[in-house]
Amino acid sequence: MSSAVSVHVSVNGEAREAEVDPRLLLVHWLRDELGLTGTHVGCDTTNCGACTVHLNGESVKSCTVLAVQADGAEVTTIEGMSGPDGLHPLQAAFREKHGLQCGFCTPGMIMAAADLLNRNPDPTEEEVRHGLEGNLCRCTGYHNIVQAVLTAAESEVRA
Amino acid sequence: MIPAEFDYVRADSVDGALGALAEGGEDAKLLAGGHSLLPLMKLRLAVPTVLVDIGGLDELRGVERENGGWRVGALTTHATLQDTDELGVVARAASLIADQQVRNRGTIGGSLAHGDPASDLPGVLLAFDGSVTARSGGGEREIAAADLFQDYLTTSLGADEVITTVNMPALEGYGWGYEKFTRRAEDWAMVGVVALVKASGGGCEDVRIGLTHMGPTPLRATAAEDALRGGPLDAERIAAAAEHAADGTEPPGDANATPDYKRHLARVLTRRALESAAAGAA
Ligand SMILES: Cc1cc2nc3c(=O)[nH]c(=O)nc-3n(C[C@H](O)[C@H](O)[C@H](O)COP(=O)(O)OP(=O)(O)OC[C@H]3O[C@@H](n4cnc5c(N)ncnc54)[C@H](O)[C@@H]3O)c2cc1C
Ligand code: FES
Ligand code: FES
Repeated sequence: MSSAVSVHVSVNGEAREAEVDPRLLLVHWLRDELGLTGTHVGCDTTNCGACTVHLNGESVKSCTVLAVQADGAEVTTIEGMSGPDGLHPLQAAFREKHGLQCGFCTPGMIMAAADLLNRNPDPTEEEVRHGLEGNLCRCTGYHNIVQAVLTAAESEVRA
Repeated sequence: MIPAEFDYVRADSVDGALGALAEGGEDAKLLAGGHSLLPLMKLRLAVPTVLVDIGGLDELRGVERENGGWRVGALTTHATLQDTDELGVVARAASLIADQQVRNRGTIGGSLAHGDPASDLPGVLLAFDGSVTARSGGGEREIAAADLFQDYLTTSLGADEVITTVNMPALEGYGWGYEKFTRRAEDWAMVGVVALVKASGGGCEDVRIGLTHMGPTPLRATAAEDALRGGPLDAERIAAAAEHAADGTEPPGDANATPDYKRHLARVLTRRALESAAAGAA
């Protein structure tokens, strides 16, 4: 076996350390070793976005990042989105607007949408659609997902 | 899917990366954003024995204006380019690469070193007559875009060289257009066209046209450029010049498009890109 490498990562605000095989993918570390199974694996080929998490505040597909590449970084997963006051505005808006059916794509959608709203707090519908191009949903037809993101943007912009 | 085993070296300087590459031998590879290399490794189409991670080298990140040109650090992500409006068509092309997650990881240096003729930035660099600065144990050299792209996934970079900077002239006063045709959102270009036009007194003083995915490397549409340069810049002449966009090309056919269809796309997209460029140059 290739020699293990130590990584220090802040995951949802908690400092984590591990010795990992260099080929371990970030998504597998999060799911299999840290038990954060909210991050899903849909395609494993960088297409579907189900595995989206934030790395230093930016959305990334964690099936295409090595755990060793996250050394020294801050990772946020869907488990880190809700706060002491309850659901994150995006989570609340997905619930309100029925932005999910089976829910498999939802954690990745929310993490991608959070990056989208960080970059552009008041997007048009077209900008939301362009911003979510990296996330596939087999159920909803996207309409309610887009509505949910627009609703979250409105509540944040008003707030 | 899990990559084959490899040893991992985290470089703390360019010299450190060069040393690790030399020590790693012929199956050592640089890792930047990993968004071309890791997918290939997961499919076991690439099986490097050592990965030298340059992702932490902040000195290779950033966009600077210098001596009438742009110097872009090799590790600058597509997302940063996308957000740098002053880069004009470079920002536009970067904003159409894949999706936001990929753009947050993928780097300009990795994209150019990978040498995929379906990628967006190689054709842009070629249209700018830009270059890359590459460093090896033997020193530094500048490689012009026209000499960099040799064949499908093949560049003139040595296995012991690291791209440190990407250089582009600012091309003040040029209008630009960028057209990318895909079948699905997030895809590589079926065909892409970048056009740069400089106007003077209603005429076309200069024009550069880069083609993406029309051959094993990015190409210049020289016949179309020659047909437009030096004469009036109007809709009729643009349309006539665009008819030459695919002259001499042998595009690869694939599941999405036959070679003939790609030639058709190149002509239509060149006309559209030239129209935008001419409007911006006026
Ligand atoms: C789903 C998906 C869709 C995509 N769609 C597009 C698209 O539409 N358009 C597009 O242009 N690209 C697309 N890409 C590719 C993406 O832009 C890659 O990020 C980019 O091509 C490679 O950059 P990287 O930093 O990730 O390189 P890496 O994957 O880290 O490296 C790629 C190669 O370059 C070498 N290398 C890296 N940096 C250097 C350096 N500084 N000096 C010398 N060699 C170096 C590596 O050794 C490796 O061989 C897509 C990728 C994915 C996964
Ligand atoms: S599992 Fe990572 S993009 Fe689909
Ligand atoms: S809700 Fe089922 S995949 Fe999106």
